[in-house]
Amino acid sequence: MEVAAAKMIGAGLACIALVGAGIGIGNVFGSYLSGALRNPGAAASQTTNLLLGFALCEATGLFGLVIALIILFT
Amino acid sequence: MAMNPMEQFAIKPIVPLHIGGYDVSFTNQSLLMVIVAVAASAFLTLAMSKRSLVPSRSQSMAEMSYEFVANMIQTSTGEDGLRFFPFVFTLFIFVLCSNFFGMIPGSFTVTSQIAVTFALASLVILTVIVTGFAKHGIGFLKLFVPHAPLPLLFLLVPIEVISFLTRPISLSVRLFANMLAGHTMLAVFAGFVVLLGSAGGVLSVLSIAPMALIVAIMLLELLVAFLQAYVFAILTCIYLNEALHLHDHH
Repeated sequence: MEVAAAKMIGAGLACIALVGAGIGIGNVFGSYLSGALRNPGAAASQTTNLLLGFALCEATGLFGLVIALIILFT
Repeated sequence: MAMNPMEQFAIKPIVPLHIGGYDVSFTNQSLLMVIVAVAASAFLTLAMSKRSLVPSRSQSMAEMSYEFVANMIQTSTGEDGLRFFPFVFTLFIFVLCSNFFGMIPGSFTVTSQIAVTFALASLVILTVIVTGFAKHGIGFLKLFVPHAPLPLLFLLVPIEVISFLTRPISLSVRLFANMLAGHTMLAVFAGFVVLLGSAGGVLSVLSIAPMALIVAIMLLELLVAFLQAYVFAILTCIYLNEALHLHDHH
C-alpha cells in the first residue's frame, strides 16, 4: 500500500479515540446531573470537580486527535 | 477554492532576525503575545487606577477576576497556597486573554502552538518541584510513595512517578489540542460556506446553514476558551497543593 494512503487510514483510525472521550464526557455530565437532582444543595460545591472531570476526560480523546494530526502533517 | 484549515496556525515572521544560527524572528505569534500581555496588564491597571467604594463596571470586572482566582486557590490549596496567587493569576489571565484574542476572526491563537503551552506547563511543573523540595527537602519524594502495603508499592511507585512525569505533557497537550481542534473545526465549516456559496443556484442559499452552525460553534468555543484557562489554573493549584501538603491534606 502507498504510504500516503496508509497515513490517511491511520489518521482516521486514530480519531476513534474521540469515541471514548464522547462516552466519558457524557458520563461525567450525566452523573453530575443525576447527583445534582438528588441533592441540589451539594450541586454548587461540585462544579469544580465537574469541570475538572470534563477536562481530564476530554484530554484523553484529544491525545488521539493529536496523534492523527502528527500522522497527517509530518 | 478549498482552503487548508491548518493555514491559520502558520507562523509568519514580521521582523526576520537570526542570531548565531538561531531563528529569533519577531513573528505574528510574538506580536499576539505582546498584545495579550499589554492588553491584560493595561486593563487591570486602568480598571484599578480610580479605586472607588462603589466600583465602576471595569473595576468590578478586575475585582471579580481577582476574587475568582483567589477563591480557586483557597479552596484547592488552602491558605498557604495564596503565596502563589501572582503566579496562578498571571497564568490564568494570560491563557484566558490568549484564548479570547484568538477568537477574533483573522487573529492568531497563541495557545494553539505546542511550544507556548509546553513552556507554560513546564514552568508550572518546575515551580511545583522547586516548591516541594524547598518546603519538604528530600521528603518531597514521599509524594511518590502512597499509603499501601509493601508488595503493592513495587507497582504503585513507578505508576506515581510516570503519572507525575506525564503531567507537563497532558497539561500542555490539553490546552493546545483544544484550541487547535476548535479553530480547525471553525475553518472547516467556513470552507463549507465558501464552497456552497460559490456553487450557485439553490446551493448558494443553503450556505446559510453552515453559517448558522459557525455562530453556534463560536459560542461553544468561547465557553471552551474560558474553560481551558480555568482548567489550566485549577490543575496548577492542585499540583501546587500536592507539593505543599504531600498526601496528608486534601
